[in-house]
Amino acid sequence: MTSVDLSASSVRELNARLHALPADTNETAWRIAEPRGAHAVAAGLTVPVSVEIDGHVGYYCGGMNQAASVTINGHCGTGVAENMMSGTIRVRGNASQCAGASGHGGLLVIEGDAGPRCGISMKGVDIVVGGSVGHMSAFMAQSGTLAVCGDAGEDLGDSIYEATLYVGGGVGRLGADCVEKEMTTRHREMLSALLERAGVEADLSTFRRFGSARRLYHFHVDNADAYR
Amino acid sequence: MSVDRRTLRPSATFPDHVLAEIHRAADRGVYEIRGFGTKRHLPGFDDLLFLGASMSRYPLEGYRERCDTDVVLGDRFASRPVELAIPITVAGMSFGALGANAKEAIGRACTAMGTSSTTGDGGMTEEERRSSKTLVYQVLPSRYGMNPDDLRRADAIEIVVGQGAKPGGGGMLLGQKITERVAGMRDLPVGIDQRSACRHPDWTGPDDLAIKIRELREITDWEKPVYIKIGASRPQYDVPLAVKAGADVVVLDGMQGGTAATQDVFIEHVGIPTLPAVRRAVEALQELDMHRKVQLVVSGGIRTGADVAKALALGADAVSIGSAAMVALGCNRPVHVEDYHAIGTEPGACHHCHTGRCPVGVTTQDADLEARLDPEQGARRLRNYLTVMVLELQTIARANGKSHVLNLEPEDLVALTVEAAAMAGVPLAGTDWIPGRE
Repeated sequence: MTSVDLSASSVRELNARLHALPADTNETAWRIAEPRGAHAVAAGLTVPVSVEIDGHVGYYCGGMNQAASVTINGHCGTGVAENMMSGTIRVRGNASQCAGASGHGGLLVIEGDAGPRCGISMKGVDIVVGGSVGHMSAFMAQSGTLAVCGDAGEDLGDSIYEATLYVGGGVGRLGADCVEKEMTTRHREMLSALLERAGVEADLSTFRRFGSARRLYHFHVDNADAYR
Repeated sequence: MSVDRRTLRPSATFPDHVLAEIHRAADRGVYEIRGFGTKRHLPGFDDLLFLGASMSRYPLEGYRERCDTDVVLGDRFASRPVELAIPITVAGMSFGALGANAKEAIGRACTAMGTSSTTGDGGMTEEERRSSKTLVYQVLPSRYGMNPDDLRRADAIEIVVGQGAKPGGGGMLLGQKITERVAGMRDLPVGIDQRSACRHPDWTGPDDLAIKIRELREITDWEKPVYIKIGASRPQYDVPLAVKAGADVVVLDGMQGGTAATQDVFIEHVGIPTLPAVRRAVEALQELDMHRKVQLVVSGGIRTGADVAKALALGADAVSIGSAAMVALGCNRPVHVEDYHAIGTEPGACHHCHTGRCPVGVTTQDADLEARLDPEQGARRLRNYLTVMVLELQTIARANGKSHVLNLEPEDLVALTVEAAAMAGVPLAGTDWIPGRE
């Protein structure tokens, strides 16, 4: 276990060390203390190491992650796991806005609540939220899966493309072109597998599925009201 | 009954193109989306003149005395700034908007000339990375194709806040250009009319942007210069905010800047021309004592070496061309005229990039049309064009007594119109009067 105390070391020094690791490194377990809300902690990782952060982090923790497993034992600021490509990022507490924004792959788990725009512009990432998500979540979500065990705020899935949304609790007004879809046995099995992978327990029977009505895929005068 | 044509007075309020647009809107119920750039007359670099040398200025001998053109971009924070042989770069144009052959041709020409090319919405293609020695990687609101591997193999990062053709607007790419390859790069269904966001998904203002830039620097270990591209609207505010957010370079795109697909109403009615934007941006940098420390790259309607010289004289460090580079590749060239007619236009008036039916193979994903643009021949044309621009630029610089093109200055310029004098902050020709100044 390699330990780094961010009260004595800078984020730059930490990230430089993590970026310098070869693919076959023996330093596969890292523990970060005293993050004190620092931004871009463990951003841009490329090798399958485990990084555990004890405390709260600022913006973009684990940004663009590839292969690494990052756990935040605390809350996190805007854009956790933004544009992540692979690996796993787990937030034990709550996440601020834009969690998992434009993520292309991998798994983001937020055990608490997530703020607005969770999964905005997501492109293949899987996101599991143990609590609730704020408004405009999954805005322009292109692909991947967002599973929310609690409630989803207003305008869920606005202008959604091919992402799949599951919500276990209440859902506010749906966004433009987002509709409820049938929850088939196959979807329930896929959700069950995702929750199991995320290590999150939830009552599957309450979940509903949402996705794109695909009415806005082509410009048409009859769709003009959707843009107003 | 015969018509006396002298009695047919067309309306100045409703000229033919306005009548046609109203008819089109009435038929289709959707705003016009098109490519190219603004077609209205705007005050521009043609309204400025260089004074040249005289008794008080000593000219340099053409072809004999040195007139250097090199420029360094991004040495404020980046450990590896971009070093260019010429101050003319090629602007971001997406793969999707342009075909792969066009991207490759641009990369080859830029490499040969010692300058940079730029990716676009949709990510980086192998063709452009392979062909471009210096490649600027755009980070756009859509984040289509965005990945950290490409970020690391880029030579600079350009965060696109806005674009001159549509400041405040997001991208568009109509379904006919969303082929399997384009759709795959963007994670979109094939054939849909793609709208991309106008705001970034993970930051909302200059304070957030400063943090975003730090993240990008962390991911790339502080090697790459970070540019911020803005559409010209309020450069007096946007440029200082970009500087304070941590930009190494500000790219300022005037409303003459091109687009592959945007609402006509946006292209023609939003933003300000390049001419006043440059002056206000330079003044803002000077006020912060950051002129030449944060470099300014100007784009939007740059066509000739004279345009480049005027932009540099007003204080830009470099320029960027987009539409002009496409024209050099063949855009609007009078060949395959029947194919222009097939899409309802003529060479010289074509703005049909949005259709994907580009008759000269530049802005298309159609294999047969794209085959009309040979990357090697296209690169040769663009290289020739850039060479001419540089020669023109040096000719003007030498005539004004400058041994480096960045030594051109506002005092070398006068304006032909009151409007241009006011916008550029240079005297009206034959006077000492700069409108708006004591």
